[in-house]
Amino acid sequence: MSNLFDLLVAGLATGAIYALVAVGFTLLWQTSQTINFAQGEFVMLPAFLMLAAMHAGAPFWLAIILGILLSMILLGLGFKLLLVDPMMRHGVLPLAIATMALAIGIKEAVKQFFSAEASPFPSIVPTGDVSIFGHAVSLQSIGVLVVAILAVLGLTTLLNRTSLGHQMQAAAQNPTVARIIGVPVERMILLTFLINAFLVALASLLITPIYLAKFSSGEVLGQAAFIAAIVGGFNQVRGAIAGGLLIGVLDNLAAAYVSTQYRAAVPMIFLIAVILFRPQGLLGRAEERTV
Amino acid sequence: MSGFGKPLKIALGLAVIAGLIIVPMNFNRYGLFILSQWAVMSIAAMGLNLTLGYAGQVSLAQGAFVGIGAYAAAIMTTHGWPLPAAILVAIALSFSVGWVLGYPALRVQHHYLAFVTLAFSTLAFLVFRNESWLTGGIYGISNIPRPHVLGIATNKPLPFYYVCLGSLAIVSVAVWWLIRSPWGRAFMALRENPLRAQSLGIDTRRYTLMAFAIGSALGGVAGALYAPLTQYIDPVPFNLSLSLDLLMMVIVGGAGFYFGPFLGAMIAVLLPEWLRFTEGYYLMLYAVAVMGLLIWSPTGILGILDRYLAERRTKAASALRAVAKSRLETAQ
Repeated sequence: MSNLFDLLVAGLATGAIYALVAVGFTLLWQTSQTINFAQGEFVMLPAFLMLAAMHAGAPFWLAIILGILLSMILLGLGFKLLLVDPMMRHGVLPLAIATMALAIGIKEAVKQFFSAEASPFPSIVPTGDVSIFGHAVSLQSIGVLVVAILAVLGLTTLLNRTSLGHQMQAAAQNPTVARIIGVPVERMILLTFLINAFLVALASLLITPIYLAKFSSGEVLGQAAFIAAIVGGFNQVRGAIAGGLLIGVLDNLAAAYVSTQYRAAVPMIFLIAVILFRPQGLLGRAEERTV
Repeated sequence: MSGFGKPLKIALGLAVIAGLIIVPMNFNRYGLFILSQWAVMSIAAMGLNLTLGYAGQVSLAQGAFVGIGAYAAAIMTTHGWPLPAAILVAIALSFSVGWVLGYPALRVQHHYLAFVTLAFSTLAFLVFRNESWLTGGIYGISNIPRPHVLGIATNKPLPFYYVCLGSLAIVSVAVWWLIRSPWGRAFMALRENPLRAQSLGIDTRRYTLMAFAIGSALGGVAGALYAPLTQYIDPVPFNLSLSLDLLMMVIVGGAGFYFGPFLGAMIAVLLPEWLRFTEGYYLMLYAVAVMGLLIWSPTGILGILDRYLAERRTKAASALRAVAKSRLETAQ
């Protein structure tokens, strides 16, 4: 069963990255009803920003900081001000379509201004293996897991233990009442967009060394995060984390035990089953129906 | 669109139809291909507009139905069946699959429904790619024959363009009739307020399934025309992005407007071609144009027209009121 152990570790590592992306996804949905179809492209772009900074001569650590800052400006502030704000009051669907167009735009821009080829990306974790219970586990998997867990812990602490986090939750749950009791709702929404941008930049930093930097790599990732968010519970941060880990493990197990041809089908069938039998997600709470 | 006079509207319609018949006569092969593609995509988008725009059920699976229709047509015509028979099979197949896909819509709505259909779309793609005994797998199906219509071979681009245009015309008339029939009204009732529709005695269950099935069947028709148009199909064009593209066409054109899909398909198929002179930038410009349009008018192109006409009507009405008021005052 050494194979199973390896699969589980690899699955948890990719799952942790899915979870980061899925958490950002649910945050945007909760505070502004944005279904961000460009979330996968949001993960793809920061790696290229970091690569660009390195081409300009910046050392790796500086490139990471610049990349994260730039993506918070572009994918957080810019995304909110230029696309979400003007469209938010017109309902979910037009905005979702606009993010689809944004996904095409980002992909094409990267293809045009950087490269259509996959570029290698340095890892923040040294390569090599360590032995755990007699199994060789790659340091990369462990590093990814540790960073992702730290990020998620940090975020949940922020949301549940600080006044700022409580204000954000209030703004998400009931904007009108939150406004009445003095929560700066607009600022809280902006904050969730910045957090999302930070999370995708972090995910980009973790996943790109594994899958290389390529303009089209966002498609698969976006879809996986999407499924993770729904499976776990569209309106719950902890649901998105559970969903991400679950999809990561499921995906790896399916590749090994079902068939490589139909591995992509397993999360999909799981998704359909969850939506039909527990639409609010495994950990989510039911949304009130608006008539 | 009651802002225009009726004769003017008819004249405009005839001019557009005449233009679509006459102007492409001296188009080159590529131009005709693009225009045929526009006609085919208009049919698929019209189907999605029925499901989404009129009945209010979000579907991200229309591309999968185009795929089902395309594979049905490709498999049958390469085995010697005539295209009309293949179209009928494509309709029957996508109608029944669409009917089944409608069942989740009875349980979940809005974005959840979108995700179920999205998952279906990916599953369909996997079947197209992996069941190579039926679909040829990644190598696809080649040498798909084009039909003979009234004894005329349509192997050349121009005759086949007329086949696509003719099919578009037939579908357009059928949809026009459908949305004016009690069924169409029931669909709209479903979109506006499902609870109220139910309390008025509309069998919302049946109409929801129907909206899905009919919309999907039109996707199948589009697919059955797409296969002989390209004469070669593989799974790649029928992946999720086709479903997203079709959804974009419907929203950009104007969901719930009869002419929305025609305009939406025009933007999605022709605009990137017109922008090709910008070389690597054309899809980027296309994306920016779509975002800009949606920011300006979230209800699509026809939403702009609708707003303009509504404004004009209000202005005309208030002008009439002003006249009436001044008359009243002078009478006093």
